[in-house]
Amino acid sequence: MAEVMKLHYVVSGDDFTRAGETSSKVKKTLNQLGFRPEVVRKVAIAMYEGEINMVIHADGGTIDVDISSDEIVIVMQDKGPGIPDVEKAMQEGFSTASNNVRELGFGAGMGLPNIKKYSDVMEIDTQVGKGTKLRIVIYAKE
Amino acid sequence: MKKYWHSVTLDKDLCKGCTNCLKHCPTQAIRIQGGRAKILKERCIDCGECIRVCPYHAKKAVTDGFDMLKGYKYNVALVAPAFYGQFSRTEDIDTILTALIKLGFDDIFEVARGAQEITKKTNEMIDSGELLKPSISSACPAVVRLIAIKFPNLIGNIVPLKSPMEVSAAQARYEAIKKTGFKAEEIGIFFISPCAAKTTFIKGNYTVNKSDVDGVISIKDVCIKMSRHLQKIEDVKNLRTAGKSGILWATSGGEAEATKTERFISVDGIHNVINVLEEIEDGKLLDIDYVEALACPGGCVGGPLTTENSFAARSKIQRICKYIDDGNKPFDSKQNFKWDQSIAYKPVMNLDPDINEAMRKMNLIEELYEQMPKIDCGSCGSPSCRAFAEDIVRGYAKETDCIFKLRDLANEALQLKNKNK
Repeated sequence: MAEVMKLHYVVSGDDFTRAGETSSKVKKTLNQLGFRPEVVRKVAIAMYEGEINMVIHADGGTIDVDISSDEIVIVMQDKGPGIPDVEKAMQEGFSTASNNVRELGFGAGMGLPNIKKYSDVMEIDTQVGKGTKLRIVIYAKE
Repeated sequence: MKKYWHSVTLDKDLCKGCTNCLKHCPTQAIRIQGGRAKILKERCIDCGECIRVCPYHAKKAVTDGFDMLKGYKYNVALVAPAFYGQFSRTEDIDTILTALIKLGFDDIFEVARGAQEITKKTNEMIDSGELLKPSISSACPAVVRLIAIKFPNLIGNIVPLKSPMEVSAAQARYEAIKKTGFKAEEIGIFFISPCAAKTTFIKGNYTVNKSDVDGVISIKDVCIKMSRHLQKIEDVKNLRTAGKSGILWATSGGEAEATKTERFISVDGIHNVINVLEEIEDGKLLDIDYVEALACPGGCVGGPLTTENSFAARSKIQRICKYIDDGNKPFDSKQNFKWDQSIAYKPVMNLDPDINEAMRKMNLIEELYEQMPKIDCGSCGSPSCRAFAEDIVRGYAKETDCIFKLRDLANEALQLKNKNK
């Protein structure tokens, strides 16, 4: 039977310097499992952008990663403010990040566009005032 | 050539089996087994960290001896620029080079000249737009090896140029043939090296089909021999032909400063290099064009085969360069500066060639890791509790190698014994 690995992470919302820790761990795990470098890179970048979004906009959240030899499924869930206009948020350069955040080098409006660029499937389920659930799939087979 | 030949080796008699090298190795390439360190050859990148931290001097870099000079009719010392920073009382390059020749060489060749040529070529490649950004310098062999085993996504970002040492060796042979009329194989080219990884590259022919360097002599060995007569040199010859931009490659920042771009990072120290490469791999640092990454603290002046404190050597080289020009003697040999062959990804960290089997092992590792004390003491012989769990699953270690596990078992046995009384 094909093996599945399930990873669960909690992303804290108050520390920019720690954003990226989770994607780093997953990257290391995927490398050790022997996934192709391109696959690992796509997962790392998509996850990192999602993690940053959670920290900037939603005070953290949870990440679940399901790994199988066919695909990597990442579900990122937060209880943040939700995205009022998803279409707009998908445009490159559109950002609602505060000036403080931009001063730190984030909030360039490339988060969601980059996630889309580096994933094979991307689904957003968002409700204003309640939170956002982002499901990303990256295919591992050539 | 064996599959993995390394310059960095262990002197078993001196090793006490302590955890210093174990904890510092950036690629987790060391284990302690039977009270002695063991280097996992496929993981070692010859960065020299273990040589630096071993309090018992049990870690060594294998180099060649002066005896090798006898095998050639005409010997050229190929001098790394870091060499100029090694002498506390002498800062004149011509004096240093004159003294070096007297150790039995027929001529010298400054690798700084090759560095100037590589800078020219790098700038051409930056201009042509053929490089992936951020482009990563290929100058440090330990960093190139690191990328090959840990950062496969960045292999394409490495500037595929030979090292200044390699192109200098080819030019040195060309000039020697022209000057003496000897055959190529009658000329010995000896690199005076601050670096262990260079030795590994030369013997292992990683990016060139066959290295033009015939032997490597450590700066340490040369300095010991030279110190005796350095102060007595009277007939100083005009030997320096390299310019300061090439000589400054010996210190971190020197190479990057000489490139045409202002958006560069110069990072030194292998652990810092890993952090920067991680960020590049994650798609950060997009505003950077060029990365000079050197494994040793301070750059090549901090190499494990040097004698002088790297900060003092850096200061000296910067001072020397203040008072010299940047004129150089251009190369006139017809040689290809680009790599003969690219490097390939070596997935040495993989748990298993089959992904499903690897995942089964990874799940086992997670289970084992949960039971561990997680204080990363290293007493079991693995660098961390996590690595220990991996080693158990790979079959290299057993759970009772953990002293905490052993203590728990002993306590259990004791309780059982008391109960039965």
